[in-house]
Amino acid sequence: MIELADVHKTFNPGRGNEYRAIRGVTLAIEPGRVTALRGPSGSGKTTLLGLIGGLTRPSAGRVRLDGRDISALPERFLTRLRRDAFGFVFQQFQLIRDLSVLENVMLPATPTGRPYRRVRARALELLGHLGLAARADARSQWLSGGEAQRVAIARALINDPPVILADEPTAHLDSALSIQILDILADLRRQGRTVVIASHDPLVFSAGLVERVVDLRDGRVAP
Amino acid sequence: MNAWIERQRGLIDFAVANLDRRRGRNLGLFLAYVLVVFLLASVVLYGDALRREARQLLADAPELVVQRLTAGRHDLMPADWAARLEGLRGVTRVQGRLWGYHYDPAVAANLTLLVPAEGAPEPGRARLGAALARSHGLGPGDVLSLRDHVGQARAFIVDGLLDTASELANADLLWVSEADFRAFFGIAPGLHTDLALSVANPREVRKVAEKVLERLPGARVISREEMGRTYDAAFHWRQGLLLTMLSLILLAFAFLAWDKASGLSAEERREIGILKALGWDTEDVLRMKLWEGALVSVSAFLAGYLLAWLHVFHAHAPLFTAVLKGWSVLYPRFALRPEADFAQLAALALLTVLPYVAATLVPVWRAATLDPDEVMRE
Amino acid sequence: MILQPAALALLFAASLNALLLGAAGLFALHLLARWRPEAGGEAQIGLERRTHLVSSVVALSLWPALPLLALFVHTADASAPFFTGAMCAVGSLKANAWGLPALGLMLAGFFLATAWLVLHRLDALGSDRPLIRAKYRLLLVLAPVALAQAALLWLYFLGLRPALITSCCGSLFGPAATGVAAQFAAMPEALARPLLFLALVATLGAGATYLYGGRLGKTFGLLAALHFPLALAAIVAFIAPYIYEQPNHHCPFCLLQAEHGHAGWVLYPLLFLGTAAGVGAGLAAAARAGSLKAEAPRLAATLARLSVAALAAFGAAVVAYLGRSNLVM
Repeated sequence: MIELADVHKTFNPGRGNEYRAIRGVTLAIEPGRVTALRGPSGSGKTTLLGLIGGLTRPSAGRVRLDGRDISALPERFLTRLRRDAFGFVFQQFQLIRDLSVLENVMLPATPTGRPYRRVRARALELLGHLGLAARADARSQWLSGGEAQRVAIARALINDPPVILADEPTAHLDSALSIQILDILADLRRQGRTVVIASHDPLVFSAGLVERVVDLRDGRVAP
Repeated sequence: MNAWIERQRGLIDFAVANLDRRRGRNLGLFLAYVLVVFLLASVVLYGDALRREARQLLADAPELVVQRLTAGRHDLMPADWAARLEGLRGVTRVQGRLWGYHYDPAVAANLTLLVPAEGAPEPGRARLGAALARSHGLGPGDVLSLRDHVGQARAFIVDGLLDTASELANADLLWVSEADFRAFFGIAPGLHTDLALSVANPREVRKVAEKVLERLPGARVISREEMGRTYDAAFHWRQGLLLTMLSLILLAFAFLAWDKASGLSAEERREIGILKALGWDTEDVLRMKLWEGALVSVSAFLAGYLLAWLHVFHAHAPLFTAVLKGWSVLYPRFALRPEADFAQLAALALLTVLPYVAATLVPVWRAATLDPDEVMRE
Repeated sequence: MILQPAALALLFAASLNALLLGAAGLFALHLLARWRPEAGGEAQIGLERRTHLVSSVVALSLWPALPLLALFVHTADASAPFFTGAMCAVGSLKANAWGLPALGLMLAGFFLATAWLVLHRLDALGSDRPLIRAKYRLLLVLAPVALAQAALLWLYFLGLRPALITSCCGSLFGPAATGVAAQFAAMPEALARPLLFLALVATLGAGATYLYGGRLGKTFGLLAALHFPLALAAIVAFIAPYIYEQPNHHCPFCLLQAEHGHAGWVLYPLLFLGTAAGVGAGLAAAARAGSLKAEAPRLAATLARLSVAALAAFGAAVVAYLGRSNLVM
């Protein structure tokens, strides 16, 4: 259970380029369901996703994970928590160039100190599930958009987090590939994971996967 | 503990992959680094080896040398001076020595002619230092011809080379018989260049020196200890001077490292952002970058040190001979004995690894403290 | 000044150290004034991030601390032939007024830095940064020590002249000498020997009690700290004469030389390690913050094990040296 209580986020406070991205959001994300944050660009979807996943700290308000206040944790502890609890799928895939697909997938596991062999086996298993077994040694910049997105999903799953956060997962893909990705997300939901998607793609909302929609406008939850 | 090792392993893996990915840039830095270590280590290894060599020579030198001064200049020692020192308490032996310099126009170099206390060659024969033999192209059985004090040519048959373990002093050395020496320089019998005094107890050296001066007011007394200090100081001074100049290079190198590290490309910043978003802590990123630096600096240090070792002990230090030795135009080729010691290695490592790590730390830290959500804000 | 490579390296490293720790000290002032853990704003996050750099800097300056100390002593020892009358490091260090104070400060700096790293480690283990203030207050002590250390080293090396007349270790530790060092040296073996072994056994006993019973952790740290000066006194009073096999040679520096089997390089590192780890264990055992309840005892136990092992090895080495000696006092 993730709860946000009157959360605000202001970038560059007190400066000329001050920007209030989130202006008082109170929200509870139920576990084991697919929630979508919907809204036009600039509505604060991505920022809210970052706040939910502990990537961004609120300027005011509280974020609680399973009842524990995580908004004032020191960075070290927040990072550890984020690593164990959340898997992120970013909008631009954000794979590291010149590293192989396998190496990219294994990256989030490095700070955990899990044995290399086990992490590698898990990464290969995930890649196999996502139909990428043959691409494990390919360099990440050689991948097609659909492949890159699936690698990003495998990477988000390497630490086996209960929550998956996906920012515009279909943004750079055609309809067929988008549906493929949504199927994978639906699969994660069936495994019992919580899925939060930020999107304004109608395809996402018509696919029958989303169980709850949160509409955002100007940094607030639209009624 | 295992988790710690696994994590370091993961960080090292990533650091190696990183170095490999930016091969060109890192290679440039690595080569510059190797060059710096090579120069510094060459100076230190060479200077230390020379100093050791000189010390070794001194170990065989007499405790005290007495010279006669006339109008402040070194003069020949009259025959009765040695007798006046006989029976001095603490002195076990007084011995007149014969040695002198000769300028040889053929090779435009100074030679040191010496009559050894023991094992002097037969008249008409000579034994010479290896470097001298090389510069004249001589070997045993050949004839060396030199002009004496009246300009007449004198021939010596080479009957052997002096042992090369102490080549530093043997470099310009020529052993001759007493008769030949006196005839060559025109020195009357009974006169000596100076006196060597053996003193059994090192604690008494200073007392003995005082007594010598009482008995021979016109003399100059030099102790072995003092000579060692002079040698040492001279070598240290030259070595230090060279090192000081080289530290400018070191400084330039530190700036280069700083520049390379602080000029983190947009690509690198983005990657660090990704790592942080994926759950790497600031500390993890710093560690990984420090591993990167450690891999570069340790391998460069070892490579530079190894090259310096080869340069000094196998190639005879062609780069520094003139500066550090600088007392003979013969440029003897040394067979310096290789020896490494802890202080030398520690000093070199401190001089080279520390500035590199320090220079890279701040810029890397700046990148490592990027906001983890920066990746999402693109 | 004598331009030795080792001297240049020392001056360079000490100056860099002073620079880094000086900057860290300024940051400590800044942090102590602004630290508001409950605020969680941008300024607080920025401050938190910068602490990473400070800890890296202090760690970076600590790792060379022990080699630096060793290099300093070794350099002093190796440059003894420059000075008339010097036979070992003491002569070189006494060649001007700055040598011995510099050595003292380097010792102090070493123990302060190890203590700081233990605090830092503890602090990082607690989710609410329970020791941040203590840590930065200690840094305010550490920084001036580093600055003074660099200054003294410069004064010392710049003031050295070859052929300077100095005195050998006999003047410091010999029968005719006065001062603290001489008093140590004059301490009768009948007093120094039981004192050392009593302190060692008490320290090891407290360590074992802590490791197996979980009690006496703080006492162990205290005893380890107390044991250190006693051990130094014992080395001067009777261990050194036994190793030299000369009843009146008390110098603790000649032990470093090859003709005495580098005994100093065995004894001192073990003693230093045991003391630093023991004091660290005491600090960790004394940590009371709630967020450290689980982690602090684990760190304390690790350090205590290290300390007990090192001190036991030190004791064994001493016994071995005494047993091997032909000296009868």
